[in-house]
Amino acid sequence: MSTETEKQGKPQSLSLFLGCVAPNRYPGIELASRKVMKDLGVDLHELEGASCCPAPGVFKSFDKTTWLTMASRNVVLSEQMGMDLLTICNGCYGSLGEANLTLMHDPDYKAKVNEKLGEVGLEYKGNAKVRHIIEFLEKDVGPDTIKEKVTVPLDGIKVAVHYGCHLIRPSKEKEGLGSAENPRFFDVLVDATGAKSVDYEEKMMCCGAGGGARSAFLETTLKMTEKKLAILQKDEFDCIVDACPFCHLQFDSGQVQLNKEGKDYHIPVLHYSQLLGLAFGYTPQELGIQMNMTTNSAFEEKVLALQQKAKEA
Amino acid sequence: MTDPVSSSEIDKSFFNELTREKGMDKILLCFNCNGCSTGCPMKDIESKFDIKKYIRMAGLGMKDRILNDEYLWYCTTCYKCQERCPEGVLNVDTLLRMRTMAVHEGIMLEPHREVAHFVIDTGHAVPINDSNRKKRLELGLTEVPPTVHMYPEAYEQVRKLLKACEFDTLTQKE
Repeated sequence: MSTETEKQGKPQSLSLFLGCVAPNRYPGIELASRKVMKDLGVDLHELEGASCCPAPGVFKSFDKTTWLTMASRNVVLSEQMGMDLLTICNGCYGSLGEANLTLMHDPDYKAKVNEKLGEVGLEYKGNAKVRHIIEFLEKDVGPDTIKEKVTVPLDGIKVAVHYGCHLIRPSKEKEGLGSAENPRFFDVLVDATGAKSVDYEEKMMCCGAGGGARSAFLETTLKMTEKKLAILQKDEFDCIVDACPFCHLQFDSGQVQLNKEGKDYHIPVLHYSQLLGLAFGYTPQELGIQMNMTTNSAFEEKVLALQQKAKEA
Repeated sequence: MTDPVSSSEIDKSFFNELTREKGMDKILLCFNCNGCSTGCPMKDIESKFDIKKYIRMAGLGMKDRILNDEYLWYCTTCYKCQERCPEGVLNVDTLLRMRTMAVHEGIMLEPHREVAHFVIDTGHAVPINDSNRKKRLELGLTEVPPTVHMYPEAYEQVRKLLKACEFDTLTQKE
């Protein structure tokens, strides 16, 4: 965990790695991430020309050298800017983070990858870190700074935090995030908005989408997704808050899919940057929350009422 | 239940090839405690996917049965089993390596081949589409993100790298 002096001493400039699902399916997540980080005084620089991380489900399952080469190119772009790279997706964090660690510690793979990169005039050095917006906010910004910036405390919003898998596991690749079985760092950030993260059964379960399972076996993966959705609906949670656009896609589009089969799910799905955006006073519209496939007017009204109340106070 | 193993199914060269990758030989430390499968969210909904079974079969070198098994592709890579294994077996990493061995023998699922082709053709596994171009503009973002989508020379670099890795040949459609 960073100390207070480290937090103050570090220039907070990072390259922003967008990945695929956020910019190309949930642009509201990209926008919200840009807005809240700016408000928190973190400079995000465009990682121009970045590609897919690449998607670990397919690339790590197909060919290790290709996976490492594609991932290393993205890291090299950030190295050239002299900055650490910030992801807003667990999949990207897992893929880029693991590739980066592999290349830092395995000279054989590093040599192999640099041979490929050399063909397009690039070289991997290993001097940029791969970060994730949640662990960055917790370690380098801190919940207290977030609390200071909250203009609309989200009182009375009952949040189901979904950590997702690759934010916390494999834990030997993640620094200082505490227990992988019962982590708290994300819950603390949710509570900093005034909303309340409430524990629930199966909280640490996978969304079902990863590893290429969603693309090949959608119906089976939705059985996993529905386990969580059923618990959350029964326990009357106001929303799911995730840290990964791919989990987001699974929960959001999954409800529509399940409803086609006669179910009735209508749980709002928010990326943490969107929840934070609401607490910073942006309307749901300004954060692209209404662009989700699953919409819920009761949730929107509840948020707008809190924003109205804050304005009057 | 798993069928009994016949000695003709055992291929030690498969085991040797698998364990050329660092850490994979830990599969031999498995003492059948079943902790991996007990915590597996996929096993819970699809009992035919059993991570312990693959680790045990890998230790024996049961190449054909592993590589041709569609359920090898059901793991969501949640890493719970790997996190919890008391012997430090790299369950998920080993399973992923076995998938790469299947792919290099030409065994892959069509939806995954398609995802690979999205990346070869656009640089993104999930490329932009018309409705999301519109959403981006409505939000005040650029019509396409500042990724390979905006910079053709960057996409060209990605294409060249995939070719250098022979990924295009690997995922070639028949």
